[in-house]
Amino acid sequence: MSMDMSQFHGVFIEESHEHLDEMEHLLLALDPSSPDLEELNSIFRAAHSIKGGSGMFAFDALITVTHVMENIFDRARQGKFQFSAQVIDGLLSAVDILRTLLKSYSEATDPDWALVNTATADLELILDPASQPEVENKAQGYGFFVPLNLASSSSKPLASSISVEVEAGENDEDFGFFEPLANTTEEQVEGATTAVENDSDEGFGFFEPIANAAESDHVDDEGFGFFAPLGPVEVKLDISDASNPVSVSVNDIPINSPAAVMSEQPPITAKLAAVTFAKEDVKAKPESAEASSIRVDIAKIDSLVNLVGELVITQSMLNLIGDELTGPTAERLHGALSELERNTRELQEGIMSIRMLPMSFVFNRFPRVVRDLSKKLHKKVDLRIQGGQTEIDKGLIERLVDPLTHLVRNSLDHGIELPEIRAARDKPEMGQLILKAEQKGGNIFISVLDDGGGLNRDRILAKADENHIDVPENPTDQQVWQLIMSAGFSTAAEVTDVSGRGVGMDVVKRNIESMGGRLEIESQAGFGSSFQIRLPLTLAILDGMSIAVGGQMFIIPLVNIIESVQPAVSQLKRIGNQQVLDLRDAYWPIVRLHQVMEVEPKSDHANEGILVLIETSKTRFALLVDELIGQQQVVIKSLEQHYRRVPGVAGATIMGDGSVALILDAESLALRVEESEVVKEWV
Amino acid sequence: MNNQQAVAQMSQDTVSLEYLTFTLGDEHYGLDIMKVREIRGYEPVTKIANAPAFIKGVLNLRGDIVPIVDLRLKFNVGEASYNEFTIVIMLHINERIVGIVVDAVSDVINMQATDIKPPPEFGVAFDSQYLYGLAPVNEQMIILLNIEKLISSQELGLFDNNAVALEG
Repeated sequence: MSMDMSQFHGVFIEESHEHLDEMEHLLLALDPSSPDLEELNSIFRAAHSIKGGSGMFAFDALITVTHVMENIFDRARQGKFQFSAQVIDGLLSAVDILRTLLKSYSEATDPDWALVNTATADLELILDPASQPEVENKAQGYGFFVPLNLASSSSKPLASSISVEVEAGENDEDFGFFEPLANTTEEQVEGATTAVENDSDEGFGFFEPIANAAESDHVDDEGFGFFAPLGPVEVKLDISDASNPVSVSVNDIPINSPAAVMSEQPPITAKLAAVTFAKEDVKAKPESAEASSIRVDIAKIDSLVNLVGELVITQSMLNLIGDELTGPTAERLHGALSELERNTRELQEGIMSIRMLPMSFVFNRFPRVVRDLSKKLHKKVDLRIQGGQTEIDKGLIERLVDPLTHLVRNSLDHGIELPEIRAARDKPEMGQLILKAEQKGGNIFISVLDDGGGLNRDRILAKADENHIDVPENPTDQQVWQLIMSAGFSTAAEVTDVSGRGVGMDVVKRNIESMGGRLEIESQAGFGSSFQIRLPLTLAILDGMSIAVGGQMFIIPLVNIIESVQPAVSQLKRIGNQQVLDLRDAYWPIVRLHQVMEVEPKSDHANEGILVLIETSKTRFALLVDELIGQQQVVIKSLEQHYRRVPGVAGATIMGDGSVALILDAESLALRVEESEVVKEWV
Repeated sequence: MNNQQAVAQMSQDTVSLEYLTFTLGDEHYGLDIMKVREIRGYEPVTKIANAPAFIKGVLNLRGDIVPIVDLRLKFNVGEASYNEFTIVIMLHINERIVGIVVDAVSDVINMQATDIKPPPEFGVAFDSQYLYGLAPVNEQMIILLNIEKLISSQELGLFDNNAVALEG
């Protein structure tokens, strides 16, 4: 039987990771002062699912920890437990420990029981009622406040006011739901709440009624002090994130009939209950969307992608045959073929979109990273995520995590200044960090923007000098920024455990380039910097130039090509054994593709062929080919799947006629240039 | 499932085996039909640089880039000519697809394991480690290949060394 169970381990572990991600996400969004019941339920369910699954596989370490977590959330949703920023910190670190445990189970190693015990002990301490004197107060249950409490969710503002003026429909961004309650129907309250909730996506459409504010802020600390304020009230609330204080002044709310609040009027309770229901309706939607997705093995999708690729090729073969025919039948065939072509194209797009995932899969982990890191660095940072819905190939998503994490850490560590420094520079204390994804044409742009100090040109140059990194003469800003991506470069005055080991940016650059992307840096001293990653939409397609040598087709990736020239005899010079091209006073060593690929060229003389000027990260050279065929997008196929790596070749593709063309690897062709001693001086 | 497979394995070992027979020059060979994915005519291939002559190149098999090996060149039997009768047998070995060029495909034969004679130490083009045995059929001697071992051998260099090591 144990054999049978182990086949489900993978699914359980994958699901548990998802549950943990969800927990972390919800915990970060949870407003400690007035937790939303629906969110508490979701967290509880996530913890419970992990516990249930662990029980099935006898993953005892997971059971122990999740059991205590479950207790906390269970009590919290019954209103018997009060959250605080410290509690959430504790719970988040418990989530981390669960991840570690899950990892050790997935690797079939023994879990670290010491870790389990500390985690459990910490959680027990959180649960300990002694540290939560308010619990009893809450437990007594003030009927009036329970629905109110539910309605005022984390970061989900509620419209109503201490003056018992609730106005529906008129939503002027920040305030303005004031109208005598007597006129307000339940529908209006519902409408108002929905309107506000839509707003709340923006994050700052923030309303808090005084009654509510008083309740959420003071009830739990002081118990009964919330009927006192009648005059202007200053309300300070935490929305969703302890590092993100927002103060809302409600001085200007007219307070007409405080008595209405003082007495427990049944109508108000009824209205607020209605609000709660309206709110639950809104919440229900995302969950039903979740339920309608299924888990599919990526291999199945890949095989579909391949099959559709084949269909496209067969389709173009049919077109070739169709062109040979004439007469009325041919007419009909052409009609059918163009129909088929449209359908195949849609099918291809549809299948490719299955592989696409929204960028939020990557972005969603950053609120946590930023929260932890800004706390550690004593910086105040407001993280904004834009374009999380932008879709990108799954293969790229996974490989983006590391480079993006590095860029975000860099921006936090080196970019955004300490609050004091920011204040001295007349900037708001709260630094801005923006993660943005957008699609432009066939590319995805992912940017990490900060409003920090920007890159320091002089310090970079000094550091480059210190580390003996070659610097061009009179470098432009762009060239200077590129220097930070050289190996062994770090400008951090001190090496911190956050960033600054000098193994950073060059690795980031390499990772991005291996995805066929580019990293562009812009920076303005004092105003911040921008790191922009540019990626192709999918890994599977490459912009290439097809060229011919000796009757065989090859593809050169377009990113490597600078230009193509037909050289005059006078431009061809000889240095030792190496022929070079003299173009505008630069010498380009010539690599003969027919020699590399062992084919018979049309002509061995460089002036009778075409020289394609190629630039790689290491060097530049001119590639001699017979002729250029044209520019096209090609689908990259692996040679290694059924054969082996071939030097100078990055992969293969299938041309419209079904034949195979090899995609050249400019980097490894460049190695041939470097091998030649004579050339080295000229590169 | 496991049990069924085990039984099938046993029956293959002791009872009956199916072999696809083909010719290289004048010699008749056979290989385990379970390794055959399909049989097709020879098509022009894309040449691969720096590869030994017996690796003709790669071709597109419904989206997979598949290497093609000419066994006649590798083992110096017959003449490596390519015409409309030249046959490529697509093999499915260790999750990989490899095509082999042969002169002709003859038949599918049923063979009792007891009918298979041990291979001779010499006298055929193949190294005896790639031979499974000899089988007399209709007064002909068919040389049964251990095609899996042959294709994944380092001698052929079809797979990267580490891949071979992984696949045992």
